Amino acid sequence: MAPDNMIEASGLTKRYGDTQALAGVDFVVPAGTILGVLGPNGAGKTTAVRILTTLASPDSGRGTVAGFDVVTQAADVRRCMGVAAQDATLDGALTGRQNLVLIGELSRMGRSAAKKRADDLLERFNLTDAADRIMKGYSGGMRRRLDLAASTMTRPSVLFLDEPTTGLDPVSRQRMWEVIRELVSDGVTLLLTTQYLDEADTLADNIVVIDHGRVIAEGTPRQLKEASKSARLEVTLSFPADGAVAALQPLVAGRVLVSADGQHLSAAIDSGSGLATAVVRALDAAGIVVDNIEIRQPSLDDVFFSLTGNAPDDADDERPLTVDDLPNELEGVSA
Amino acid sequence: MTTLSLPSLAPIRPSVLERISGPVRDVWSLTRRNLVHVRREPMQLSDVTIQPVLFTLLFIYVFGSGIPIVGGYKNFALAGLLTLNLTTSTMGTAVGLSTDLHEGVIDRFRTLPMWRAAILVGRSISDVLSAAVCVTIVALTGLAIGWRPDASIPSVIGGFGLALLFSYCLSWASACVGLTSKGPESAQSFGFLVLFPMAFISNSLVPTQGMPGWLQAIADWNPVSAVTAGARHMFGNPNPSATVHAWPMQHPVEASLLWSLVFLVVFAPLASYLFRRATSE
Repeated sequence: MAPDNMIEASGLTKRYGDTQALAGVDFVVPAGTILGVLGPNGAGKTTAVRILTTLASPDSGRGTVAGFDVVTQAADVRRCMGVAAQDATLDGALTGRQNLVLIGELSRMGRSAAKKRADDLLERFNLTDAADRIMKGYSGGMRRRLDLAASTMTRPSVLFLDEPTTGLDPVSRQRMWEVIRELVSDGVTLLLTTQYLDEADTLADNIVVIDHGRVIAEGTPRQLKEASKSARLEVTLSFPADGAVAALQPLVAGRVLVSADGQHLSAAIDSGSGLATAVVRALDAAGIVVDNIEIRQPSLDDVFFSLTGNAPDDADDERPLTVDDLPNELEGVSA
Repeated sequence: MTTLSLPSLAPIRPSVLERISGPVRDVWSLTRRNLVHVRREPMQLSDVTIQPVLFTLLFIYVFGSGIPIVGGYKNFALAGLLTLNLTTSTMGTAVGLSTDLHEGVIDRFRTLPMWRAAILVGRSISDVLSAAVCVTIVALTGLAIGWRPDASIPSVIGGFGLALLFSYCLSWASACVGLTSKGPESAQSFGFLVLFPMAFISNSLVPTQGMPGWLQAIADWNPVSAVTAGARHMFGNPNPSATVHAWPMQHPVEASLLWSLVFLVVFAPLASYLFRRATSE
């Protein structure tokens, strides 16, 4: 009964005054997968989510959720999705538990079923201790977990999370990621927007990159990285050697760059296949001693930069952590 | 531990019964939620608890000492304090709706399979309930310091009902302000600018006969004056406005009901239109 694609957007456009927020966006999210919608602030991510969650109507194009049209069958869409978005918040003057029960009641679960489900979720999201405190006093991480719990009250088959970790400290982000992974292992279809490359890389099965209201790239995290063709060779020498550049240059695609201390060399490469062996042989033949050879696959950061021409974070000063702060994290996760 | 692979907890398609009972339950859930707000927000709570007591005591003992009224200022002023407090407390509707819109709570509700109009209806019901609290507190304060109605019990209850009905209908106008204001603060300041003059330029605390001619004309045609005179009439309390020739002062009960009806018929549809406009993109 469930359609193959639980979320579909085709040709979505939306204009707010002079701003073309969406200029024709297409993507699909197959059942049981996570789509990461990646883009800088103002790229149109939130607008796309608002249309798909029935909060805004598109000027043209069509969206479906669980097979239902988001404009003509909005009531059906609302029955099968859960939404946690920064601009659609819970009630700060209610306690965590009251918020969950209210969302459950308004989702027509019935009061007793809502209470029971709220208890389960408060425990599952590690909020039992704070359950009867007013939400205004929650930390950012607790608030987001409560938001996520609220969006799963009815066990929806489709979830929309709009920037679920923006503004969180690193520890809270890691916890959010764990919770999100757990949800998806239960078979939920998830659309997640984010400005964080590492987040999309870690969580998403597929990524679409949106900029200026258009999809400018899509694919798996791996495909996107390969498409950017910016793999680099990095060589560390035991001590500076004059012949090193000459020995490496025939093996690489770009110009060989040398660090100030003369020990670190790097260059763009076309293919990593067999390259390490060739590099060692060439340097050994020139009598140069090598400490380390690394072939660095492009990070999504590089991809993003090459696609949008701007760093993803330069619009948002509130970011607690940038990919640049953790230069090695991507390699570890995406291997 | 529950998992999401279990069947959804939301009804797949509403039954006929659900189509009728669902909206009622939505309204009730949101009414309860708004009442929690009144309990938690000191400002909102004081509007219907502390302010009525304070105003009643202040005006009766401070103004009352200088305004001679046949039958006693206390008996004259109580109906006025009732409408004064009810009128100014309708500001809560504007502030509440504006807060919900601007904090994004209404957006969250709109992603749920609920009856959307329940947001407005629930607001108006919780406001009428807090207005009833306000009425009770004014009446008890009045009784404690010596206010005495001089009419049958049904008539006295009718007087309270008249004031309560007016405040309900007026709160739809306040809702329109809340739905168009830039935020809770501007909703509140607009309330001060309109509701306070409306409550005071009336016969609520002093007879209008002593006002300059142009001001008296405004006061005599002010809906608040009609409601106050109507309540005085039904309480069997002193009602100096009965000697004023303006039509609403000659027929205060009819005028109150008419004003209430006008407010309801104009502002309830306008509020639901403004709500749709404020929540559609």
